[in-house]
Amino acid sequence: MQPFRTLTATAAPLLRDHIDTDAIIPSREIRSVSKHGLSVGLFAGWRYRATGGPPTGGREPDPDFVLNQARFAGAQILLAGGNFGCGSSREHAVWALADQGFRAIIAPSFAPIFHDNCVNNGVLALCLPRATVAALADALLTALSEPRLTIDLERQELHPHDLLTQGRVGTESAVGGAGVIPFTVDADVRLRLLEGLDAIDLSLRRLTGLDAFHQRDREDRPWVYL
Amino acid sequence: MSEQGHVERLAGGQAVPRARSLLEKIWETHVVAAGGGPAWIAIDRIFLHERTGAIALEGLHQRGRPVRDAARVFCTIDHIVDTRPGRTDETMMPGGREFITRTRAAAQAAGIRLFDVSDRDQGIVHVIAPELGLALPGLTIVCPDSHTCTQGAVGAFAWGIGSTEAEHALATGTLRLHQPPTLRVRFEGTPGAWVGAKDLSLCLLSRHGAAGGRGKAVEFTGSAVRALAMEARFTLCNMATEFSAVTAMISPDDTTFSYLEGRDFAPRGAAWDRALASWRSLASDETAAFDEEICIDVDDLAPMVTWGTSPQHAVAVTGAVPAAENSGTTREAHARALQYMDLQPGQALNSVAIDAAFIGSCTNGRISDLRSAARVLAGRKIAPGIRALCVPGSSRVKRQAEAEGLDHIFRAAGFEWRESGCSLCFYAGGEDLGLGKRVVSSTNRNFEGRQGPGTRTHIASPATVAASAIRGAITDVRGLEAA
Repeated sequence: MQPFRTLTATAAPLLRDHIDTDAIIPSREIRSVSKHGLSVGLFAGWRYRATGGPPTGGREPDPDFVLNQARFAGAQILLAGGNFGCGSSREHAVWALADQGFRAIIAPSFAPIFHDNCVNNGVLALCLPRATVAALADALLTALSEPRLTIDLERQELHPHDLLTQGRVGTESAVGGAGVIPFTVDADVRLRLLEGLDAIDLSLRRLTGLDAFHQRDREDRPWVYL
Repeated sequence: MSEQGHVERLAGGQAVPRARSLLEKIWETHVVAAGGGPAWIAIDRIFLHERTGAIALEGLHQRGRPVRDAARVFCTIDHIVDTRPGRTDETMMPGGREFITRTRAAAQAAGIRLFDVSDRDQGIVHVIAPELGLALPGLTIVCPDSHTCTQGAVGAFAWGIGSTEAEHALATGTLRLHQPPTLRVRFEGTPGAWVGAKDLSLCLLSRHGAAGGRGKAVEFTGSAVRALAMEARFTLCNMATEFSAVTAMISPDDTTFSYLEGRDFAPRGAAWDRALASWRSLASDETAAFDEEICIDVDDLAPMVTWGTSPQHAVAVTGAVPAAENSGTTREAHARALQYMDLQPGQALNSVAIDAAFIGSCTNGRISDLRSAARVLAGRKIAPGIRALCVPGSSRVKRQAEAEGLDHIFRAAGFEWRESGCSLCFYAGGEDLGLGKRVVSSTNRNFEGRQGPGTRTHIASPATVAASAIRGAITDVRGLEAA
């Protein structure tokens, strides 16, 4: 897994609450038994407009959708609303985001299964206060400078560069100044991302007591073992 | 596990057990390794299905990692399998066959018991797991499927995971996680006629939001929950994932035990007696501490129905589409939802014309759900032009319904009678209800496009779906009964 240390990249805002995994990648876009090539289906319900009679007709990018706008081309950071990734457990949602190039999602909160799926794919799911996410999103849309952010996971800092000073009046105060925004990530998650650790390898190495556990448990709860 | 963790010593040296919740009791017996950060928790049952099963098993195989204990892993074909009579491996979804054949091959190679397309015990994973006695009190149960929380209704710790987590569980027999905080949801009182578990669930979501249980282990309790039959308890726990909870559970009691006794994979004879003695001590202690609590009085609840594109967008079927300021959501989200649903603020739900009706899913595809709908449909016909489907949750449920003659009632009313599976609970690119069509559905998600491109979903109980199919519009089943 690719380690995540510091990322400077274009950030795109999609500030809706409860963006579900059916919206991130509709089931109809999961066409083969594969973790790859899913970016074409990313946000398919929002990103395309029909050129023929749907559902069988053709489609073309909808220029109004944020990820289709030139300003946000090549974005690797996505800003979203609360409870991002709710709904189906499909890891395809993270695979599609990663396939599109996203390495970090910033939102006020994440649905639990989606959050864990991110960690397992080296994608940072970063929680920031709602007002901070809103101020950053506003600046990304309106600032004259490039919509870029730097996420430093080692120092647990987000650098908005000069975005907030150029954004609309008031955004600066929403995040308590235009400088560095500190954040906290669960210590275990942070270490796994920084090192790019494979959780299965780690567990197979560390879990030396499992046989003894099962031996004891089999006596206590024989009905568990089939 | 040592019991020291939950015994506190008083000043005099006398030991008293610390009051613990069901989750704490299960957690403590499953910790394989802990200390600093998340703990390794032993996993007792792993379930797979064809939508996410092949990818997990093939992922393991490619890295040369064997399945640690295949005897406790089970796989079913439910998600994209065709539900029309005479089905084969071919699916209406393009390319769906590959998901079935590769899951079958991977399960066989790993020595995993597969409930295949034509197996008598095939069905939706969360319907068959309890039905076969594979879900038992006190177990840890995982599946790469968000509705795994359904199975917590038997007093298990059951939760949905992603594919990589599934690979981890298959390879190591464990998962690494933090113990989730607890939320006790008490439903107190006696619901009126035709108000059931689905309505309780939608009420909870409407009042506390689709992120109201985020990251928590929910325990449902209270007089209304204790009075629920086992199948209704599955319905209640099923939609905990719509609440963004990690899991939901219900302390096991005599309702649980009598449901499980004699089931295929449940212990028998002396083994049952021993298990039962252990299970009787699992229920949350009366004074157990929970991190949060919610209490809902159910006496005056009406049947519920959703109006928008999130499960939290629910109101009483006697109510109206809320204005933005009363919708529990932002003005933008409210406008977006109403535009998608083609509804207006203040519009009465009870008069909204529908195109289709769907009964089935892991939420409401059990025999009691079909009986409830059949009670409404008996001697009646669905409105002209309505497309209506009944898709039993398992092959056993289908056989039981046919033995009771329920299939005749559904067919005579104008419903299609299908083979078991997930079917139109979600649109996978095959069968759909048509662009922009409006469906009342006994399923769990009303997201944009969930049941097809532009399809407008109203979630409700099976009885409400049946009543709505008859009238051709969203209907209060209580009024239909009185008419």
